Amino acid sequence: MPKETGTLTVKRGLAQMLKGGVIMDVVTPDQALIAQEAGAVAVMALERIPADIRAAGGVARMSDLELVSRIMDAVTIPVMAKARIGHFAEAQALQELGVDFIDESEVLTPADDLFHISKESFKVPFVCGARDLGEALRRIAEGAAMIRSKGEAGSGNIVEAVRHMRAINDTIRALTVTPKEELVARARDLGAPYELVADVAEKGRLPVVLFCAGGVSTPADASLMMQLGAEGIFVGSGIFKSSNPKAFAKAIVDATTHYADPSVVVDAHKALSGRAMEGIDVRKLPESELLAPRGN
Amino acid sequence: MGDVTIGVLALQGDVGEHMHAIERAGGRALEVKTLDALNGVDGLIVPGGESTTVMKLLERFSLVEPLRARVRAGMPLWGTCMGMIVAAREVVGSPQPTLGLLDVAVRRNAFGRQSESAEVELDVAALGSRPFPAVFIRAPWVERAGSSVDVLASLDGHGVLVRQGNVLGSSFHPELTGDGRLHAYFVEMVRAAKIGKRTTAA
Repeated sequence: MPKETGTLTVKRGLAQMLKGGVIMDVVTPDQALIAQEAGAVAVMALERIPADIRAAGGVARMSDLELVSRIMDAVTIPVMAKARIGHFAEAQALQELGVDFIDESEVLTPADDLFHISKESFKVPFVCGARDLGEALRRIAEGAAMIRSKGEAGSGNIVEAVRHMRAINDTIRALTVTPKEELVARARDLGAPYELVADVAEKGRLPVVLFCAGGVSTPADASLMMQLGAEGIFVGSGIFKSSNPKAFAKAIVDATTHYADPSVVVDAHKALSGRAMEGIDVRKLPESELLAPRGN
Repeated sequence: MGDVTIGVLALQGDVGEHMHAIERAGGRALEVKTLDALNGVDGLIVPGGESTTVMKLLERFSLVEPLRARVRAGMPLWGTCMGMIVAAREVVGSPQPTLGLLDVAVRRNAFGRQSESAEVELDVAALGSRPFPAVFIRAPWVERAGSSVDVLASLDGHGVLVRQGNVLGSSFHPELTGDGRLHAYFVEMVRAAKIGKRTTAA
């Protein structure tokens, strides 16, 4: 019985298996174990979490591969790692190393200011950020197997993720009642392939899984994003920049699972016994420090 | 049609895909996150997802014992991939807790990491002569099975579809394909169990 690996179905399928779960940024094998113990469905192996990348400035690149390897050895759940936008050689290296998912991420300094990685030719699945439906569909056209809102990583502020999630889902809703003869013009306006736009209009959803990322720092943030239509949650700085990572990790998992049940969110908040990360008012950031506009 | 209600454990994983497949196969689908919901179903599917996550959530929300009790009393259970790991007696080389409802030892990520995830045309005699389009994603296999377990399909010499009475386990994801034969098979298991129960009660 011949096996076919790296197909669209198995790439998109892994993202489907992560639904309803929380994916946590970790910078050491110990943090990865804390995440797994708390119930994370996957970890994102990084050298620095976004809040620290923001603070450090300079050029942020693919993580140290030795560190990614040690994190892969430490846990049984899937391990993701970030490559710079357009840096297909970093992605090739991560694929060779055997990571389960690659995040072509605006959190790292872009390597190509015009083009993203051609993700279709890779066997490993990719997740990419998006601020609106056009951006999401362009990434899917390039081969992304999963989409996440960009939010504003490392800000501890949920406002951008809310904006992006609403933008994506509002446009999808509008497309479902758009007359067929208007879809070509809508595809032109969105800057996305007609076939994908028509598919979204027919099915009322993206052809891949949609997660929330960028600014989640409390259980209520996770519940909010799930109720706004996210199918799962990425938490970057929110856990290991809080004063009690174990409690925050577990509480955010619980609130993501039972997002529609406020009593669970209450229990999750009561169990935090610590403070959430400090946040940033995104409006006060100079444009040069915003991460979300990177890559379009 | 729709005479049996089949729950999909909705703590984490590809719940919606199974719900659609159940409806297509003529069952009524219900999301199960709570004890109340569990009590309202005739059969349960534990979907694909992460086994460590779901086992922890089952424990945290006190669903382990009620679920064990229902299945031991005859409620049909089908675990796909993560679900088969959660249902198993043990996980090879790991202290990971399980429900112990299916007398098998499973090996997690048995085929390898995501790069080894694959689509395979699988021979399943119980579903007819046409091969089944099996999607394996970081899939487990059955390393050892107890004597009362029927191995319904194998790949690379290991069981990937097994049945022990009212418990079905598959390494692969029929809910990701358009082929509804395995969901129809499970709907029949649930129907038979429900009729059997009614007959016994009478």
